[in-house]
Amino acid sequence: MAGNTGRRGGVKSSRDREGLAAGLFLLPNLIGFLIFTAIPVGAAFALAFYDYDLLLGASFAGLENFREIFTEDEVFRAALFNTVYFTLVSVPLSVVLGLATAMLVNQALRGVVAFRSIFLLPYVTVTVALSLVWKWIYLPDVGLINSALGIVGLEGPAWLTSSTWAMPGLIIMSVWKGFGYNMVLFLAGLQGIPEHLYDAAKVDGATSWRRFLHVTIPLLSPTTFFVVVISVISSFQVFDQALVMTGGGPGTSTTTLVLYIYQKGFQSFDMGYAAAVALVLFAAIFVFTVVQFIFQRRWVTYD
Amino acid sequence: MNLLDTVFKGGRSPSSVTRNYWPILIYATLCAMAFLTLVPIVWMVLTAFKSAPEVAANPPTWWPREWHPENFVAAWNFAPFGRYLMNSMVMVGGITILQTVTSALAAYAFARLKFRGRDLLFLLYLGTLMIPPQVTVIPQFILIKELGWVDTYQGLIIPQAFTAFGVFLLRQFFLTIPRELEDAARIDGATRFGCFWRIILPLSGPAMATLAVFAFLFHWNNLLWPLVVSNSDATVPIVVGLRNFQGQYGTDWNLLMAAAAIATIPTVIVYLLAQRWFVRGITMSGFGGR
Repeated sequence: MAGNTGRRGGVKSSRDREGLAAGLFLLPNLIGFLIFTAIPVGAAFALAFYDYDLLLGASFAGLENFREIFTEDEVFRAALFNTVYFTLVSVPLSVVLGLATAMLVNQALRGVVAFRSIFLLPYVTVTVALSLVWKWIYLPDVGLINSALGIVGLEGPAWLTSSTWAMPGLIIMSVWKGFGYNMVLFLAGLQGIPEHLYDAAKVDGATSWRRFLHVTIPLLSPTTFFVVVISVISSFQVFDQALVMTGGGPGTSTTTLVLYIYQKGFQSFDMGYAAAVALVLFAAIFVFTVVQFIFQRRWVTYD
Repeated sequence: MNLLDTVFKGGRSPSSVTRNYWPILIYATLCAMAFLTLVPIVWMVLTAFKSAPEVAANPPTWWPREWHPENFVAAWNFAPFGRYLMNSMVMVGGITILQTVTSALAAYAFARLKFRGRDLLFLLYLGTLMIPPQVTVIPQFILIKELGWVDTYQGLIIPQAFTAFGVFLLRQFFLTIPRELEDAARIDGATRFGCFWRIILPLSGPAMATLAVFAFLFHWNNLLWPLVVSNSDATVPIVVGLRNFQGQYGTDWNLLMAAAAIATIPTVIVYLLAQRWFVRGITMSGFGGR
């Protein structure tokens, strides 16, 4: 149908045709993208300023939602604290573990590829299923962890039913599940470091520790930066584990921001309020990311 | 020679007598880590075969004393897992196909065609990647409620099927295909669509596979959107079914583990068959599959 566009059209008509062709190529994705992504993004901002109840309808609320979030809402405060707690502990752990694992599987050793597959397996396995498994593993009496601790004579905590230990429990599970992802990114980074830099450092008499500090670490810093940014963003969004393993409890000790958005929006149907909390989440991620981009100049080396 | 030599650039440094110990140490570390990584997954499978009293035994047993494969049948019959699995397949299949096809078309326009506002539009696409999906889930839900799509397949599929992520990923790849190939075809009279269909697509197998595998694993695993959209067995995908199952049969751990194993099998198979592309997807983008 679009027959012989090729050589026949003049300059102008061929450009018009290119525009038309572009439109046709874009159309299927663009329509869906506008309706189901771009417009909802705009609507999310607007919705935050409304009192929108699915059953009662909408009324303009101005900054009321935000005022309530920041001055009265104890659950929000807990959710923010929990999310930051989760991030501050799980990100360093999964970054360091990811890097260490990447260095181990970057060896020219037989069978090392199989280990890479194993370490990434929890990442691709269904989170809800794994959350159920871990719920079992954390059972105070018959669970795997406390039984193992019992063998060496220690008494384990009540884990998910203890407000002190539920969050560490969530963190352990999440680091276990996610470190393989960081490993893959670090592995790609390590393999991008030219071998001759190590050889040169060796000729100069650098010990392996010094080569690690002065070659690996600086050359890996763009990867590390990327991994940290991505890890922070995804840990701010933690949801599945919390919903399945603890439901946010006991009390509000594991209610994360996204879990709270879900509870407010889809269990209390207080959608304007949930949208406002979602905007706060977005702002937090945005600020965190911008700050990391500002500080990257201090420690990230690009060549 | 010390451990660091081996760890940082293993096997490539000149060997010495002492160095030969280090690979053993590395293997030992890797095996210990692999053990810890696999224990929960193996535990899920082994528990799925145990009898109810054995699951409650203290201390827990590793290996089932008697094997009860009928647990899988029991779990399957307690809840309509066949239906859940099919719902997951329809949902994930629909999303994956739509995403791959529409992303490829749009990515071609962004990579190869000139049109007014192209860079601005692409920036808009990229911008939405930075916004967490939880921000849009509420307006999206209101939208599909207005459309009457709650608890339907189209409600599960369509809002997830047009991603900026896919466009971004494929555009990156299309840019690496030499322009000369296409120019030659154009001179021979091929249409734009002909170029796309006969030159770009056949060369893009790996990129398309990367996107498809990513989309499959991400959406099979995704909980939030189906949780919000589906409320009857007619549409509930397996992750949501599993969660509901937990609520109803919370104490039958053996059945719960059997159900969890059933939900997990398709992702493990896809991962093992296609991990090359999955890993590529991670290293190329660093994003999840949305």
